Amino acid sequence: MSDLHTWVGLLLGWVLYAMFLTGTVSYFKDELSQWMRPELPAQSNVPDQAVVAQRVADELVALVPGSPQWSLRLPDARNNSVYAFWRTAGAAPGQRAFGEGNFDPATGQAVSSRATLGGDFFYRFHFQFHYMPVVWGRWIAGIAAMFMLVAIVSGVITHKKIFVDFFTFRWGKGQRSWLDAHNALSVFGLPFHAMITYTGLVTLMALYMPWGQQAGIKTAAERQQFNAELSAFIQPGKPSGEKAPLASIEDMVRQAQERWGRDGVGRVTATHPGDAAARVAVARGDGGRVSMSPQYLEFEGTTGRLLAVHEGVGPAAETRGVLYALHLGRFSDSVTRWLYFLVSLAGTAMVGTGLVMWTVKRRQKLPDPARPHVGFHVVERLNIASIAGLSVAMAAFLWANRLLPETLADRANWEIHGFFIVWALTLLHGVLRPAKRAWVEQLWLAAALLALLPVLNAATTQRPLWQSLADGDWVFVGMDLMCWALAALHAVLAVRTLRHQPKTRPARKPAPETVDRPAGGAVLREG
Amino acid sequence: MTSVAGRVRSAGPLVSRIAAALFGGYALAALASVAVLALPISRPQAVLTGEMASFLVYAAAVIWVFAVRSALRAWAGLLVVAAPLSLAAWSVW
Repeated sequence: MSDLHTWVGLLLGWVLYAMFLTGTVSYFKDELSQWMRPELPAQSNVPDQAVVAQRVADELVALVPGSPQWSLRLPDARNNSVYAFWRTAGAAPGQRAFGEGNFDPATGQAVSSRATLGGDFFYRFHFQFHYMPVVWGRWIAGIAAMFMLVAIVSGVITHKKIFVDFFTFRWGKGQRSWLDAHNALSVFGLPFHAMITYTGLVTLMALYMPWGQQAGIKTAAERQQFNAELSAFIQPGKPSGEKAPLASIEDMVRQAQERWGRDGVGRVTATHPGDAAARVAVARGDGGRVSMSPQYLEFEGTTGRLLAVHEGVGPAAETRGVLYALHLGRFSDSVTRWLYFLVSLAGTAMVGTGLVMWTVKRRQKLPDPARPHVGFHVVERLNIASIAGLSVAMAAFLWANRLLPETLADRANWEIHGFFIVWALTLLHGVLRPAKRAWVEQLWLAAALLALLPVLNAATTQRPLWQSLADGDWVFVGMDLMCWALAALHAVLAVRTLRHQPKTRPARKPAPETVDRPAGGAVLREG
Repeated sequence: MTSVAGRVRSAGPLVSRIAAALFGGYALAALASVAVLALPISRPQAVLTGEMASFLVYAAAVIWVFAVRSALRAWAGLLVVAAPLSLAAWSVW
């Protein structure tokens, strides 16, 4: 069982580490997106959603006439732009049938800010990666999550004395300390790790386990009934062909606001707008309710007459809604979100310490520590690039957001290319340098990039830290402070790595001076 | 040559277990997700229940495969569970 734990942990460990870390920062993806569009002013109050919905709907009527369906995510406490997604009318086969964009709630027009995917890049990378078909990415993520689930269960079985281990911590004892750190991190967040892994599988379960659906849902009516249990997206029926303008979207959203509160509306979807057969769904937002199950009002598009209120689904669908919501944590207030972030960071560290432990353990068993075998080398170098290198690459992504010229063609994608180029360079660096130096250099580089990010922000935007503090702009203040906190974390890791003395031979009997080494004992220089 | 044959023989049970865990486990989970449809609950609820439960079945199957004493037992265990599930699944497919 211990071998099973080691191998399922290692084989997809690097993928899992990247998923964990990008997923962790995704709890602040809305804030990241705001930081990455500094031209959009800070939003001190949530604008009236009904007015904004009408404004952007009018814009879409002009922008994508004849679209069979569009959907708006309205602004809320964490979003100062409107995200719209639409199907394109009469797209020929092979043409893009979908479009998307961000709109300014104040003007209704496309946001006049630098082109960026914002925090959505980390969010999407977290479960479908990049440079590959979305479905492939999601399958890889699913397989990794399944490995993780097995690693968690087998880990609990391996460490039977799990709570004793939790209270045993041996500092500065090489492999023992790594093991203790791994155990402490794992046990501390165990309910979270188990929940997040399982619910992650649940978010994409229709892809991974389609068989029940194929066997049980066959007719179009059954499929419609099934989909209604899962989402507030109303399916476009047949257009009548008869032109008729949409009734007031503002009035429809008002009715929803009366039900769910002024800022409680999440999404407005219209099918066949401009046609007599138009339908509009106004869906409730995720804030303040611990379920993602659909709640929405359905309107006749041309008259604005309320057709149906959908506020309940079956027990299994509600369970799924809760599991889904637990994974995304969008229901949370800021305290809960910080807890999510911290315990998720602990999960990232659990995967990271697990990966490092493999090399620490193996190093002691090597016949000749000076010339380890190929497998050891591969694991060691991949660890460097996937742990320290990922921090460097993620920081570089934020640097690219501030440094790439706004006029650059395909700018949003170049931010992403920048992330991957830097990440590839860290792998190259990890291969070329002695392992320990590579670790230390990359950790210092990550610390430096993070520490200087607030400086770069001050130099390239109108919103430096002192200004944000004066304006009470907590998104920008939080981002700057977070960068420094993370820079400090990386600096501590760099110093500890530098001081770390690998034990090359199994020290069976009395452990030689492993206790406290003198501070500043940077005695250790390989090569 | 003999060393290669010997290696294959010694790796055989491990490979067999890995196959049982990866593919046998998935097959069992998929079978369970369909078998749930035989329960007297509405179709959409049964489908969702099956999907949600399938990952727990998968994880349990993998643990079982590596917990028992031999590869043969691992496969036997999977088959014992698969039999009634197949019957239930067959009744609704």
